[in-house]
Amino acid sequence: MAYLDHAASTPMLPQAAETMSGLLGQVGNASSLHAAGRRARRVVEESRETIAAALGARPSEVVLTSGGTESDNLAVKGIYWARRSADDRRRRVLVSAVEHHAVLDTALWLAEHEGAQVRWLDVDAAGRVAPAVLAAAIDEAPDDVALVSVMWANNEVGTVQPIGELAEVAHGYGIPVHTDAVQAVGQLPVDFAASGVDALTVTGHKFGGPLGAGALLVGRDVAVAPVMHGGGQERDVRSGTLDVPAIAALATAVEIAVKEQPERAERLAALRAALVHGVCRAVPDAQLNGDHVFSLDRRLPGNAHFSFPGCEGDALLMLLDARDIECSTGSACSAGVARPSHVLLAMGHDEARARGSLRFSLGHTSTAADVDALVAAIGPVVERARSAAQ
Amino acid sequence: MKVLAALSGGVDSAVAAARAVDAGHDVTAVHLALSSTPAAVRSGARGCCSLEDARDARRAADVLGVPFYVWDVAERFGRDVVDDFVAEYAAGRTPNPCIRCNERIKFAAVLDRAVALGFDAVCTGHYAHLVDGALHRARDTGKDQSYVLAVLAPWQLARAMFPLGDTVKADVRREAHARGLAVADKPDSHDVCFIPDGDTAGWLRRHLGEQPGPIVDAASGTVVGGHDGAYAFTVGQRRGLRIGRPAADGQPRYVLDVSPVTRTVTVGTAADLDARTVVTGRPTWCSAPPSLPVSAVVQLRAHGEPIPAQVEATPGDTGLRLRLLSPARGVAPGQTAALYDGDRVLGSATVERAESGAADNS
Repeated sequence: MAYLDHAASTPMLPQAAETMSGLLGQVGNASSLHAAGRRARRVVEESRETIAAALGARPSEVVLTSGGTESDNLAVKGIYWARRSADDRRRRVLVSAVEHHAVLDTALWLAEHEGAQVRWLDVDAAGRVAPAVLAAAIDEAPDDVALVSVMWANNEVGTVQPIGELAEVAHGYGIPVHTDAVQAVGQLPVDFAASGVDALTVTGHKFGGPLGAGALLVGRDVAVAPVMHGGGQERDVRSGTLDVPAIAALATAVEIAVKEQPERAERLAALRAALVHGVCRAVPDAQLNGDHVFSLDRRLPGNAHFSFPGCEGDALLMLLDARDIECSTGSACSAGVARPSHVLLAMGHDEARARGSLRFSLGHTSTAADVDALVAAIGPVVERARSAAQ
Repeated sequence: MKVLAALSGGVDSAVAAARAVDAGHDVTAVHLALSSTPAAVRSGARGCCSLEDARDARRAADVLGVPFYVWDVAERFGRDVVDDFVAEYAAGRTPNPCIRCNERIKFAAVLDRAVALGFDAVCTGHYAHLVDGALHRARDTGKDQSYVLAVLAPWQLARAMFPLGDTVKADVRREAHARGLAVADKPDSHDVCFIPDGDTAGWLRRHLGEQPGPIVDAASGTVVGGHDGAYAFTVGQRRGLRIGRPAADGQPRYVLDVSPVTRTVTVGTAADLDARTVVTGRPTWCSAPPSLPVSAVVQLRAHGEPIPAQVEATPGDTGLRLRLLSPARGVAPGQTAALYDGDRVLGSATVERAESGAADNS
């Protein structure tokens, strides 16, 4: 089996799995006042400190959640509501055109139900938001902007955004910035304080932690209205009994991922180079999507994304799956029916190109054998998919 | 063989796929998405292929241990089946969308794609029996679906698989239970799959708009009522006729003819509905074409009574003339006439017109 879909999810680090299973037998609600509760609470707080240290944040800036989607919802809704409460003019939500649906759909929901106006930030052909584009968008009505949300690195084509510069532009107007850094942690250096952003989303299962556990890093003076009401956990920002074993595993994983990030990035970049080279040789008319410059400030080291002219992505995926090569078409499917990727469309590509695409993403368990398997199979697979599209 | 099993989310296709797996084939399951905006749940027994059906199909594939995908054929289905359905009614004919779907989607678009991707056959849960590549009625005559498959050509039948042909429905459900398939007790879908509430007239009204016109008595030529759209009526229909006064002879009236051009619906007695000769367009033969004329049994509806007939070619080979040995009641243009030799399906043709009265000797 050649698993090339690490951007979707990546195997749990054995140390994280061990941390988690070690705690599964231990009872304790971290909110309880007795010894068992305090034991659980201690695990949570030590995990919080570990997560904070790994990501350049203070422990009080870490809000523990159930993962990336929840963190994105909390950031976009919570900051919008807080900003609008303070000043009712603040209805505009500035969002890049290539965001994950967890940000995109949340923004659209706010527009439909909460009086927000979504202003898309256009991207260039590589999928990048230029600081000047953000400035111009803000300038249209600076007092009416609730927040800006631009992802650190794109999940489909791996494009890295100029987060520091974007944050600086927004702060010039006193506007808070959220970034979904879910794909970046473990592949790129991610430092919350240094980046200047006000809120940052991370999730465990993208870097070898467990599914169902993540965090929203939020500046202490950034007002966030809660989405989850209840027992008042996480400083009233996110109520709900904490999943202690998962949080501990999240901490174990993020520490390792951050520590190993530089050598991992180098190793993945080398594998990715072999993959891109091999695919282009096997399929000369394959089109590479995203930034053609493969440096860490431009593109995720483990990401490759191609369009194969004359093919349908789902036929390619099926044929590769039958050969035990697992990847993604990168498009959202609600009914299992693929829609052309909004990311590729935003980058200026047409629907045909968007529909004939595959994303290959490498991770900490990827080997040269995975790349070799893909390179050997892709030629015949493309040929068959082409004949099926006739 | 590499077999593509189409799973609707119902019990028949699930058991059919299970049998293909047991037979040792390399099976991949697909659920066909026929609509770009499917309903979340099935409304009772009507309709098909909602998101709930897709989930049921996925779960069945899990139990069978086979790969599962959803294929988006919504655009082709919209054009080849739904648009055709509307156009036929607009032209005053009575279509059978299930037949168009088998002919153009399941055993054409889907089959073509399957073959291109390396599959040898498409497997479905239809109740029909293939014997040495020849299409026959299913053992369960009440459930027999050979009628809707009579439109398939030899190249399509050569790559079709109908594992349920030898089993009765009750046994299929029992088998589903035994295999641990949750859909064992799911109600069968019926009516037109893309009209989930069963209100075909209402659906057509939304697509064709109101087109009011007269209801005319065939015998007297007088106008006896009015309607909102001729497309809501089909030959032989009795319900839905808004007729002001009862017929002189006190007998119920039936639709004899629908003319969309003049927006006229013509009505008459039950006897007027009898057809003894049916003229069709060009036939599709399921195997080598028989030499005409030939004796055959004709079926004019999905579960219609089979009628013995003499089948001749019309002059110029433009179609067939079916001389029925006993009358058929209410034969509508656009319907499919399926032809059988005993239980074996010879082929089918689309009805152009029916002729009532005594058998024509010309």
